[in-house]
Amino acid sequence: MSSLVTRVKLKQIEQLIEKGKRLDDRGLHDYRPIKIEQGLIERAEGSARVFLGKTEVLCGVKVETGEPFPDTPNDGVMTVNAELVPLASPNFEPGPPGEDSVELARVVDRGIRESHAIDTEKLCIEPGKKVFVVFVDVYVLNHDGNLIDASALAAMSALMNTKMPNYEIKDGELKMKQGYTPLPMKSHPVTVTMGKISNNLIVDPWIEEEQVMDSRISLAINEDNNICAIQKGGSGYFTPQQILEASKIAQEKSAEIRKKFNW
Amino acid sequence: MNEKTEKLIDKKGIRLDGRKADELRPLKLQVGILSNADGSAYIEHGKNKILAAAFGPREMHPKHLSQPDKMVLRCRYHMAPFSVQERKSPAPSRREVELSKVIKECLEPALFLELYPRTGVDVYIEVLQADGGTRCASITAAALAIADAGVPMRDLVVGCAAGKIDDTVVLDLYDAEDKLGAADVPVAYMPSLNAVTLLQMDGILTPDEFEKAMNMAIDGCKKIYEMQKEALKTKYMVVKEEGEE
Amino acid sequence: MPIFFEKKQLVTPGEMLAEGDYLPGENTYVQEGKIYAQRIGLVDADNKKVNVVALRAFYVPKMGDIIIGTVLEVGFNGWTVDIKSPYTALLRASDVLSRPFKPQNDELSAVLNAGDLIVAKIASYDRAHDPQLTVGEPGLGKITRGQILHVTPTKIPRVIGRKGSMISMIKQETGCQIILGLNGVVLVTGKTLEEEELAITAIKKIEDESHTSGLTDRITQLLKENKVKVEENKNE
Repeated sequence: MSSLVTRVKLKQIEQLIEKGKRLDDRGLHDYRPIKIEQGLIERAEGSARVFLGKTEVLCGVKVETGEPFPDTPNDGVMTVNAELVPLASPNFEPGPPGEDSVELARVVDRGIRESHAIDTEKLCIEPGKKVFVVFVDVYVLNHDGNLIDASALAAMSALMNTKMPNYEIKDGELKMKQGYTPLPMKSHPVTVTMGKISNNLIVDPWIEEEQVMDSRISLAINEDNNICAIQKGGSGYFTPQQILEASKIAQEKSAEIRKKFNW
Repeated sequence: MNEKTEKLIDKKGIRLDGRKADELRPLKLQVGILSNADGSAYIEHGKNKILAAAFGPREMHPKHLSQPDKMVLRCRYHMAPFSVQERKSPAPSRREVELSKVIKECLEPALFLELYPRTGVDVYIEVLQADGGTRCASITAAALAIADAGVPMRDLVVGCAAGKIDDTVVLDLYDAEDKLGAADVPVAYMPSLNAVTLLQMDGILTPDEFEKAMNMAIDGCKKIYEMQKEALKTKYMVVKEEGEE
Repeated sequence: MPIFFEKKQLVTPGEMLAEGDYLPGENTYVQEGKIYAQRIGLVDADNKKVNVVALRAFYVPKMGDIIIGTVLEVGFNGWTVDIKSPYTALLRASDVLSRPFKPQNDELSAVLNAGDLIVAKIASYDRAHDPQLTVGEPGLGKITRGQILHVTPTKIPRVIGRKGSMISMIKQETGCQIILGLNGVVLVTGKTLEEEELAITAIKKIEDESHTSGLTDRITQLLKENKVKVEENKNE
C-alpha cells in the first residue's frame, strides 16, 4: 500500500489548518503525546526510546576510548549517526546513508555539540593521547512525522542515561575499574520543529502534514533560552518575520518539554 | 581547552582582516565562463573561489528519478581536494551531502518546477578554494548559472552569512572567524519576494543576537544581489551601435 | 498605475516591472498584484501587456512548428530526434515509410540513421508526452546539403523580419535557400561556399544586434558590400 496521501486529504489538512485546527484535534502549536523510556539496551552504555505520537526512534550510545582530535587535545569526541531503518517506512530503502539520514544526523549533532550538552573536558583521560569517544546512533524505527525532534529527544535521553566506565592509569597503562560514572552533561537542549502550511507555523508535523507543508524550520534551544542550532529544510521559504515567530514558539515549547521531563 | 586569548575584533571594532563589523569581503562575479554548460558562473568572495554550472532543463537519467508533473532540481556541492588547508579526500563527505541538500532546497523556491514536467536541471558547484562562507558564495554563483541557462526564475537567490565573534555580531565571517567565533548564521534570500530560502545556525546566540545576525545577513544579501544583477547584465550588455564608433 | 522600466530596458529575473492594471506577457509572472521578470531580457509594454524578450531561453515545442533536428537513435518503430529542447522528439516509422511497416523486413537505419539532419513539423505535444514529429509534408525530410547554424530561438522572429522582409532580403541577396527552424536551428543552402558564409554572417549579426535600431539598414549594407566581393571572386 503506497504511503502517498490523496489529494483530497491534503486539501482537507490545508483547509483545517487555515481554520487553526489539525486532523488529530491538536492545536497548531501542540506536540503529539511524547513517551520516553531509558536503559532498554543493556549492551549499550546508554539508550533511550522515544515515542512522538506514532513516530518511534531508538538511540543507543556506545562509549569507547580513542585519540582526541589534534586541535582539541583535551576534549572527548562525540559523533552522531542516524539510520532510516527500512522497516520504519515504505519509502526507506536499505543501503548507504542518503541525504535525508545525513541531514538528520548532522542536525541532531549540531544541537548537542553547539550547546556543549556534553562536558567534553571531563571525557579527557590523558591529554593529547586518550579520551572517551561517545558514539550516538539514532535508529528510526517508525516514521510518522517529525524525525528531527524525536531523534533529538532520543539522543539527549540516551546521553542522560549513559554511563562511562571507571578507569585508572597504572604504570602508564589504562586499566578499567569497577563501577561507572554518569556521562557529564552541562546542558539539555531541546529541538523544536515547525512546518509551514498556508503561511501557518505548525509544531511537530505529522507525516501527512509533512506532505502538505512546503518547508520546515528546526531550532535547538537550551535552558537559558539561547538558540544553539537552526536548520531550514524543504523547498519553500520563510519571511524574516515568520522566522522570528518560529524562534518565539521554539523557546516556549522547549521550556514546556524540559519541564515535562524534568531536564 | 584551546584558550585563544587573541581577540577577533579589537576595541575600535576592526577585525583581524581589517574589516569593520558590517563590512563584506571583496567580491567578484562572472557569468557564462564555461562553454559546455547551459549556464555558468564564477565567484570570488574573499579567498573563496567557486565555479557553478547548470545543465538543463533536459531529460533525466535515470528516467525513474523524473517526476511526471514537474521539473526536478539536482545539486552537487563538492570541494576540490586542494581547496582546503589539509588535503581533502575527493569522496563526498557528510558535510558535502548535507550542503548539497540544503543548497538544492534553497534554489528550488526560485524555479517554476511545474513548467517543464519530466525534465531535470543539474547544478554542479565546485569549490576550488575555501575560506569560510562557501555555501553562501556557492548559492550566489549557482543562481547566476541557472539564470544564464535561460531557466525561468522567480528571482535570483543570493547567499550571505553573519555571526558572532567575541561579543560582537558581524557580517560575512571568513574561515578563522567561523572556527574561533561564537556563532555562524548562513542565509540565502530572494530580495524581490522577501523570502529566506536557506537558514542554518551553529553556535550559541540569544534570540536578540540571532535576530540581529539574521537581519545583518539579509542586508548583506541585498548588497550582493546588486552585484549579481550587474554580473548577469554585463554578459548580455547591449552592443554599441556601429554608427557610434 | 505604475510601470517601473524604460522601453527596451535590460532586466534580470525577479526585477519588478509593473504594478496594478497590467497583464503579464512573455517571460513574466504575477505575484500579489506585481509583475516580475522571469528571464534576463529586454522589457517592453504592448498596450497593457508587459513582455520580456528573453536574451537567453530554450525552445519549448509547439504544435505546428517547423523545426530542424538531429536523429539520435534508431529504435524499434521509429527514431528519437534531438530538437534542442528539454524534450527529445519522436519520429514514427509509420510517418516516414509510405507503406505498412514490417519491423522484421524494414531496416530503419537505411532510411534515417543517427547523425542525420531532418526538417520536420511538430505533429503533437502535451505535458505528459514527448513531442511527435512528422515529415509527411512537402519541404520536410532528410537534409543532404547545406550548413547549419544555431540561433537563440527568441531571436528567430527578428531574423524573419516584418512579414518575412528580413529573411527574404537575405535569401535574395545571397541566392541561398534558408530554412529557419523555430527551435533555433537554421539551414543555409547555397550554390557556393561564399554565398552560404555571407548568409550565415548576416543571420549571426541579426542575432547579436537584434535589439538595436537601424539593423535592417546595416544588414542591407552588409549584404550589398559583400555581394560585390562574392561576385568578384566568382569572376576570378
